[in-house]
Amino acid sequence: MATMVQAVRLALHYGETHLGVTDIFGEDVGPPLGGVFTATQGLRTAWNSPLDERGIVGAAMGIAYAGGRPVCEIQFCDYGFNIIDLLKVAGNQRWAGAGEFDLPMVLMTPSGSGIRGSLYHSHSFESWASRLAGWKIVMPSTPLDAYGLMLSAIIDPNPVMVLLPKALLRVKGDNLIPGEPDDEGELKRRIDAPVGDRAHWQPNWPAVEKYIVPLGVGMLVREGTDATIISYGRTLPLCAQAADQVRESTGFSCDVIDLRSIFPYDWKMIAASVKKTGRVLIVNEDTEVTNFGEHILRRIVEEHFYDLLVRPRVLMGRHVPGIGLNPVYEQNTVPQLPGIKAALEALAKDAV
Amino acid sequence: MPKKNSMPVKDRAVKAGIATGEEVLPVERCLQIHRIMVLARALEERMIKMSKSGEGFFWIGGPGEEAFNTCLGFQVKKGEGPKFDYLHFHYRNSATMLAMGMEPIDAIRQMAMAWTDSFSRGRNFPSHFSRKAWNVVPVSSVIEVQFAMAPGTAIMQKRHGDGVTIVVGGDAGAAQGDFTSCLLWSSRPGNELPVIIITMNNGWGISTSHCSQHSCEHTIERGKAFGIPGEVVDGNDPVACWYAVERAFRYSRSTRRPFMLEAMVARLNGHSSSSGALRSDEPDCIAMFEDRLLAVDVLTQSKIDQIHSQAHAECDDAVAQVMREPRPGFGDIDKFTYSPSEVDAVYPGDYTGLP
Ligand SMILES: Cc1ncc(C[n+]2csc(CCOP(=O)(O)OP(=O)(O)O)c2C)c(N)n1
Ligand SMILES: [Mg+2]
Repeated sequence: MATMVQAVRLALHYGETHLGVTDIFGEDVGPPLGGVFTATQGLRTAWNSPLDERGIVGAAMGIAYAGGRPVCEIQFCDYGFNIIDLLKVAGNQRWAGAGEFDLPMVLMTPSGSGIRGSLYHSHSFESWASRLAGWKIVMPSTPLDAYGLMLSAIIDPNPVMVLLPKALLRVKGDNLIPGEPDDEGELKRRIDAPVGDRAHWQPNWPAVEKYIVPLGVGMLVREGTDATIISYGRTLPLCAQAADQVRESTGFSCDVIDLRSIFPYDWKMIAASVKKTGRVLIVNEDTEVTNFGEHILRRIVEEHFYDLLVRPRVLMGRHVPGIGLNPVYEQNTVPQLPGIKAALEALAKDAV
Repeated sequence: MPKKNSMPVKDRAVKAGIATGEEVLPVERCLQIHRIMVLARALEERMIKMSKSGEGFFWIGGPGEEAFNTCLGFQVKKGEGPKFDYLHFHYRNSATMLAMGMEPIDAIRQMAMAWTDSFSRGRNFPSHFSRKAWNVVPVSSVIEVQFAMAPGTAIMQKRHGDGVTIVVGGDAGAAQGDFTSCLLWSSRPGNELPVIIITMNNGWGISTSHCSQHSCEHTIERGKAFGIPGEVVDGNDPVACWYAVERAFRYSRSTRRPFMLEAMVARLNGHSSSSGALRSDEPDCIAMFEDRLLAVDVLTQSKIDQIHSQAHAECDDAVAQVMREPRPGFGDIDKFTYSPSEVDAVYPGDYTGLP
């Protein structure tokens, strides 16, 4: 099975061969490296940009204005804080310009912790991103979803941000991408650039097919009756694991929702599950003050207050200036499996 | 003190046209430019009035920049898509838009926040133009972000025909990193871009003088570091402006490389309505041009007066009409947020409030 980073690469290949992608660019995105996480190796339209995040976003906007279909990369979302005003402008151009100018651009960027990245390679971005009206924001937790969401991001004629959980980029999926070879060794031989001299290397792309994960549609990855867990990105598989363990030991069963789209989020799925279970745990790793999960919590409380059996919870990253390099920092700054499990057990124990 | 602009006073009165040095602008062209300059001034003055009368709120615009901006507008290769020129404007480019064919009423509709405002539906400040059919991308108030975007349109233009990208900003704004980004992205070795990088140097950023913050007198001097040629032009002299703009277009269009232009201009009504929009005593490009036109008998004073009163009447009529036009309503707030999408389950059409 493809890893998430291979899935992104396959999606971009499909994008430039079938969906009109004209430019895939950013720092170290073109040959010889093909991206610091290898997401853009071997792509026909990939090129290296200057080390200038504002220039990258501005160029993507200009290319999109002038009829191109750009996919730009911010190498780490940690370096996207100086582009916030440009992102705001990108999100408002259609609205501000009387609906005349579409901005069909995709911005992809690795987000979150999990690679021992310390202060400047561990940030989360979705809470910031969720405040950018006019954008659509997605965050996959599996390779197949990364493929399907990237295709949607490319097809959608509005600015779409694809947040890639750093910790899951090298994790293999459970499902084949349509057209992906069954043998993962074969996939690797065909699309991963060799280490060392790549001057004459060419990828041998498998004929991957169109597969869409629509924007705004979550995925129920576990079905249960007693609680609703809402997550996405790195913490999603941890939530599924925690739900499995708690169910096994106590019989307490959960809906686990992989949101997949941060905006628009799948409110229908959330509302239906909360109505059914009455217990809610929201998990993400962004810092806890003005966190996107708080918005979801606000709507649950306002619109489903009388459906709740016990107080709802949000498990988030700590409001500290950064994630330190010594593992003691990361382990205790952002949610990990034991903490998620403990939160779930506490939710289960709350008396009605 | 900021640099005051000085006019080349002694024109050689050439019957066939108006001359600055060796350059002669034909009479027909001079009259065409003069008419647009006057119309632009009348439009701005009418909009300043609107900002004081309550027919609008905030005013910002281009009195003092008419000579350069008009010459720019007449030479744009106007059209839609990468085969034509792209325009990333500053908020003082009304004369450029008029020279390109905008009706004054279009600007007044935006000033009046009318629903009929084709640029922004009553959403954006005045002179924040946007017109897809002319490749005028939406003007934002965020100083200098247009300089980050300009290389993008030029990347596409380099692949299609001979269109060039024009990006315009102020002198103070050139302090932003986006200005330097534009120089760098336009001059990548082997990937040079057809961008005309224009600074309208009025010597001020709101209340801060240019010379108190910038060690170099002209922003074009920074082009040297990137191998980008450039030219400083007297922005009060339409003859000089016409040919400087023509040279810039010719260079970028044919070589597909960047060029810098810096126009030394006046700021005749202060920064904006926030500072009162009061008339300053800086040199007035229209009055100076009229002296030259009178000196060679191209225009008479009564003809000049007639041109001015016609322009004012046109703007007055436009305001009267716009006051009768519809305003945006509550139901319009969400409109134009999203373009319809076949892959969005929540917003297949436009934005409709929270999911
Ligand atoms: C990024 C940003 N910072 C500050 C402002 C507030 N502001 C508006 S205009 C202006 C001065 C701009 O001066 P200059 O670039 O010389 O243009 P001018 O107004 O003189 O034409 C400032 C500071 C802004 N709009 N955007
Ligand atoms: Mg200025």
